[in-house]
Amino acid sequence: LTFKILRFEPQRDERPRFQLYSHEPKPQDTVLEALKDIRDQQDPSLSFRYSCREAVCGSCSMVINGRISLACRTQVSDLGSDEVVIEPLPNLEIQKDLIVDLKPFWEAYRRIEPFLQAPEGPPERGHQVDEKDMERVFQYITCILCACCYSACPVATRDGRYAGPAALAKLYRFAIDPRDRRPFSSLERVDGPDGVWGCDTVFRCNDVCPKDVRPADGIEGLRRKIIAGKAKRIFRREP
Amino acid sequence: MIRYDLLIVGGGLAGLSAALSADPKFKVAVISKVHPIRSHSVAAQGGINAALANHPDGAEDTCDLHAFDTIKGSDYLADQDAAELLTRLAIPTMYELDHWGVPFSRFPKGTIAQRPFGGAGFPRTCYAADRTGQVLLHTLYEQAVRRNIVFYEEWLVTDIIIRDRKLAGLVAYDLAGGEIIPLRARAVIFATGGYGRVYQKSTNAYINLGSGIGMAYKAGIPLKDMEFVQFHPTSLLGKNILITEAARGEGGYLINAKGRRFMEDYASKAMELAPRDIVARSIQREIDKGNGFEGQYVHLDLRHLGREKILKRLPGIRDICLHFAGLDPIDRPIPILPAQHYSMGGIDVDATCASPVEGFFAAGECACVSVHGANRLGGNSLLEAIVFGKVAGESASAYLRGGSAGIDADRETAEAARALMARMRSIHEREAGENVFQLLNRLKRLMSDTAGIFRDAPTLSRGLEELAELREAYRRVFIYGNCGRYCQEMVVLVEFEHMLEIAEAILLGALRREETRGSHFRTDFPKRDDAAWLKHTIITRSEKGPAITYRDLKPGRYAPQERVY
Repeated sequence: LTFKILRFEPQRDERPRFQLYSHEPKPQDTVLEALKDIRDQQDPSLSFRYSCREAVCGSCSMVINGRISLACRTQVSDLGSDEVVIEPLPNLEIQKDLIVDLKPFWEAYRRIEPFLQAPEGPPERGHQVDEKDMERVFQYITCILCACCYSACPVATRDGRYAGPAALAKLYRFAIDPRDRRPFSSLERVDGPDGVWGCDTVFRCNDVCPKDVRPADGIEGLRRKIIAGKAKRIFRREP
Repeated sequence: MIRYDLLIVGGGLAGLSAALSADPKFKVAVISKVHPIRSHSVAAQGGINAALANHPDGAEDTCDLHAFDTIKGSDYLADQDAAELLTRLAIPTMYELDHWGVPFSRFPKGTIAQRPFGGAGFPRTCYAADRTGQVLLHTLYEQAVRRNIVFYEEWLVTDIIIRDRKLAGLVAYDLAGGEIIPLRARAVIFATGGYGRVYQKSTNAYINLGSGIGMAYKAGIPLKDMEFVQFHPTSLLGKNILITEAARGEGGYLINAKGRRFMEDYASKAMELAPRDIVARSIQREIDKGNGFEGQYVHLDLRHLGREKILKRLPGIRDICLHFAGLDPIDRPIPILPAQHYSMGGIDVDATCASPVEGFFAAGECACVSVHGANRLGGNSLLEAIVFGKVAGESASAYLRGGSAGIDADRETAEAARALMARMRSIHEREAGENVFQLLNRLKRLMSDTAGIFRDAPTLSRGLEELAELREAYRRVFIYGNCGRYCQEMVVLVEFEHMLEIAEAILLGALRREETRGSHFRTDFPKRDDAAWLKHTIITRSEKGPAITYRDLKPGRYAPQERVY
């Protein structure tokens, strides 16, 4: 097989280039395992992020034969191709080879106040939470913050201020948590074109998410909550 | 010069927990070689133990019983007072975590759900489906964001600077900036995790090279009980990805190629839920006896649990099987075999997480308090990381409050950074040499071959000889790429040097301990020997090489008894 891997060292190279490696992966090798073997055996200078190798840490997002995914969860044999083209995530600055700068992604994450806002100290025997209510949160807590969705989102691509799917889905996860008491103003912060109304509903985020989070469900849910919250406020003012 | 009161090294559960408990009046930062949520804590699956007594079958549970199970599980090598502290703090810790936002699964009446786990008298393992580590790590990170804790992400700490038995500073490689940087601090907490990738077959993340342990050792801080290496019974064939103990906690069977639930022969009462050392050994015995499939694995069968239970309680395991083995555990058994999983040993600290070096603390898997002794129970590692991370944050704060003036070591720290830079440059300027990634692969094979589940003197001695050769080869190491930004060769090169020390400590400790206890099974000394060996192994690096001494256990409430499950 030929692995065509994007190489770029911004301090030294004028522009990115593809480097070709010939490598025969073992039958059940993932793209990450192939990359490691290429690095270990052929080119120790090749740089890419990795950690858990089991699709739970979110480090190895990249573009593989045109598709955004986790390298560790992509089987080389499933690609069904003689050539494997590997590129860094799009729409983010390349730091080196397949490593991109995720700063805009993390800034969006921080902006939504990504933490439970429960009022007082812990109740003596813990919070009483309905089993089903807690399970509703589970769809969103499988998110591993790999930034595949952020990178694939056409809105985030053209508007750097847009919070992006992962951050919005994270906010929704808190908004539906029965223990959370965040004020409505926390949701209103995303009540604009750089928040939930920026979404084009083309669902690229749902398509590329390696954990089936369906971030767009969260965006949709936030829209409903914001509309309902505003309606309630109007209703209260004009009984 | 970058200056802090307290630097925490490692952004996993122990490091974050330490950061959250440190006194906010001090200047604190966390240094992590990966973004904190990429840390290996994220991969923990099954749960975290606390005697909440929420389970209908666990109404009688208490923290004393949890302590007893932990001590018995440790094959009586745990420090009993530390185990009691751990299990007592477990209960308020669970409620605090819940309040911070951990989405624990619930029982129908709304309380935190609990499931059975190995070696536990009652179902006391709290969980969020089978993604417990992920939700804990994400939640602690969220709390750190809330409190604006400062992070140095993708910085690898390379050296510890100690002067007059006092912590003075650190040196780190900033991957994104491509520079080697000196840092001063009055106190440091190491929360750098385990060394799983010293082994070929490990459930651990690729990044778990464990250099923090070796670095502390090189700096003169002793290590404790390094021979005790946990092999998890159930790792996925081929990939060695962890298949949680919760799969057995929920009722999964272990089946050999003859179709038998063979645990009957090894632990007739606890069966699949015996402690990990016993189950891992039993599986390996079956494989060695020729009762494995294709001579190399057994089955973990979940089919009788039914689709609904698997989807609800073990969705992550199903995903792993689908994506990494191409099988659905609803329809087919999972091929599994034991693999390295956890390091019971580590940096020698007391129950306040303090080391013999003033201002240097350690917590989590890199540390050895010891609460796990010779074998850790499932569900106790997340607990230990969080509880002792917190203890370390508090101890370090108390140390800082004590007004320790610190010392003037700017010159030494800057000098150490320059020395590392010069060394990297000289390695880079060589004409050719050894590829560090290949050296690492050699080390892993060596350790898997010579310090595995079953050990004996000749094999361990051979391991030490081969390790000496590898040490020689490392002297000829070469950097092929540029020593600039994101030079992962440099990362592994620095870490590998410390891994050599870890490997030696494991092999030596294992060779000297002429008994069988917990995870340490000597085929040439197959019995536990309390008269001679109820003591911790302490290994210290001296000019002449490693020096081993032993420290007797403090007598505790529970006298050692035979471990029958």
